[in-house]
Amino acid sequence: MAKKVALLQGNEACAQGAVYAGAKFFGGYPITPSTEVAEVLSVELPKVGGKFIQMEDEIAAMASVIGASLTGAKSITATSGPGVSLKQELIGYACIAEVPCVIINVMRGGPSTGMPTGPGQSDVMQAMWGTHGDHAAIALVPDSCQEIFTETVRAFNLAEKYRMPVQVLFDEIVGHMRERIEFPEPGELEVIDREAPSVGPDDYKPYDSTKGQIPPLADFGSEYKYHVTGLNKADDGFPTTKASLVDAEERRQIDKVMDNIADIESNEEYMTEDAEVIIWAFGSTSRSARYAVNELRKEGIKAGMFRPITLWPFPAKRTAELADQAKAIVVAEMNLGQMVYEVERVAQGNCVVVHEGRVDGDPINPGQIMDKVKEVL
Amino acid sequence: MAYDYEKSIRPGKLPHIWCPGCGHGIVMKGLIRAMDTCELDRKNTAIVSGIGCASRLPGYLDACTLHTAHGRAAAFATGVKMAKPEMNVICCGGDGDGTAIGGNHFIHACRRNIDMTYVLMNNYIYGMTGGQFSPCTPTGHNASTTPYGNPDPIFDISKLAIGSGATFVARTTAAHPREIDKLITQGIQHKGMAVIEVIDDCPTTYGRRNKFRSVVDMMKRLKTEAVPVKAAAKMTAEQLEGKFLTGILFQDTEKPEYCDQYAEVIKKAQGA
Repeated sequence: MAKKVALLQGNEACAQGAVYAGAKFFGGYPITPSTEVAEVLSVELPKVGGKFIQMEDEIAAMASVIGASLTGAKSITATSGPGVSLKQELIGYACIAEVPCVIINVMRGGPSTGMPTGPGQSDVMQAMWGTHGDHAAIALVPDSCQEIFTETVRAFNLAEKYRMPVQVLFDEIVGHMRERIEFPEPGELEVIDREAPSVGPDDYKPYDSTKGQIPPLADFGSEYKYHVTGLNKADDGFPTTKASLVDAEERRQIDKVMDNIADIESNEEYMTEDAEVIIWAFGSTSRSARYAVNELRKEGIKAGMFRPITLWPFPAKRTAELADQAKAIVVAEMNLGQMVYEVERVAQGNCVVVHEGRVDGDPINPGQIMDKVKEVL
Repeated sequence: MAYDYEKSIRPGKLPHIWCPGCGHGIVMKGLIRAMDTCELDRKNTAIVSGIGCASRLPGYLDACTLHTAHGRAAAFATGVKMAKPEMNVICCGGDGDGTAIGGNHFIHACRRNIDMTYVLMNNYIYGMTGGQFSPCTPTGHNASTTPYGNPDPIFDISKLAIGSGATFVARTTAAHPREIDKLITQGIQHKGMAVIEVIDDCPTTYGRRNKFRSVVDMMKRLKTEAVPVKAAAKMTAEQLEGKFLTGILFQDTEKPEYCDQYAEVIKKAQGA
């Protein structure tokens, strides 16, 4: 049987992906250019018995998502740069309390109100370091409408599996462009639900990691009663200032991600096998990069593209290998220099690393990337 | 026979953090009695708080307890209640937490009339951080950040709740412990947003800066200034000067509850 297809906007594809993943709660606040995610979910969630609520502000939206997730509902919010800034404290709360949730960030320009209807890729460091304190982050950066669908499903899977907030960042261009989508059949994409406790209510500790790095999370309103706090806590969930316990918990929450990079990482490479220059690009910019690679190859320049789909944790190993292989890496991103610093860090001087950025509201076009490649070679 | 509070307290979590003379413990006992009267199933009850002395309350109680970020209790609680309307949801916290940093969430929870009970302990001060003025510190009074007397006007929390759309609003004080559990009980039994403002005292950071020589003086003040609604009806404006009303200040049983409203949305979406 032919698959169901549709011409969908990226934001709409995100909402459909959320429903496919089993989302049952959306808490949001209107903000351009992510609004369609909320609008579609306001239609779709009640159809599947889910809940949609428009909260009084961005912070409340994040709070409601964490509260809902604790009852067992797969929960999601969608916003853009200013909204993510407001949500940061509670993203940290979801990190330390280990509450699965998905945060969609349709990136626009900034700082502050910036250019609400223009594209940007300047929230990529915010996605990692926006909330205070040490923590791990997972952020995904799809570059097409189909991939927004599948990466939204994967974001839920990672959130549920690793018991933490996962961010999906796509720039306004991908969020608002329309492409043909093939809807996966139910069961075709893996859908992961959080692990249920294996011990009875009397023995349950919400942060007991003796059986693994990621402790099972019980639902509020089930047989399990437990305490959740944003304070540093012991394995029973209650606050502690005991140094050894605080240290162990902080490290575990980072290790649970960094020890599982192979499971979380996802990249695409295009003509990198013999490449002498790597264009390192993500989101809509990678579409220009791919075009630039094709054109440069016609001119005899051995160009290739590396495209992270998982942006955080940073694809350090593969980027370092490419730095060993290539003469130069051109990092193209719609900002004035963010991921380029990570690329420089892992390249360790083994190749030239240059940045090609843009923040005027126009996309980075292939010609701009080609000029930079020729300049650096 | 002594009331058995212990079955509601998590083993090993006492002593609590509150100072001698603080009213929060009296409120906690009232809440326990109210939950017992309403026969709330503790595993189906979420107790949600923000940050501050009063917000430490849920950690002592045997239930699903959620100690959130500063001011955000009502917003977290809204998520819990929306996602699982069959749960009993109780919020607790202080005046600064609930009406300053959390003011927006507080008024919108009232507006939605979502079925939860918010026990707001108003001790006129930010206690945990050492006594800075809150939106409820009386004008002219002293706090650690009002060295020349507090220039700010105050919020009347109960009026704020009524004006924002809460459908059960009551006030009492830590000097009226029996009324605390009576009003919380009625708040829990009320379908919709119930706000119970309990005026209590912080002798450590408010009392000592404002010429209260002892906790007993502070308790006497609560007893003197509190006037039950019924008694107030027979008093003149002059007689009510410097007093505040206690008891059920407002109740509306007609306004639809939020989760019920959303259940209708689900029915429509599913084409029923």
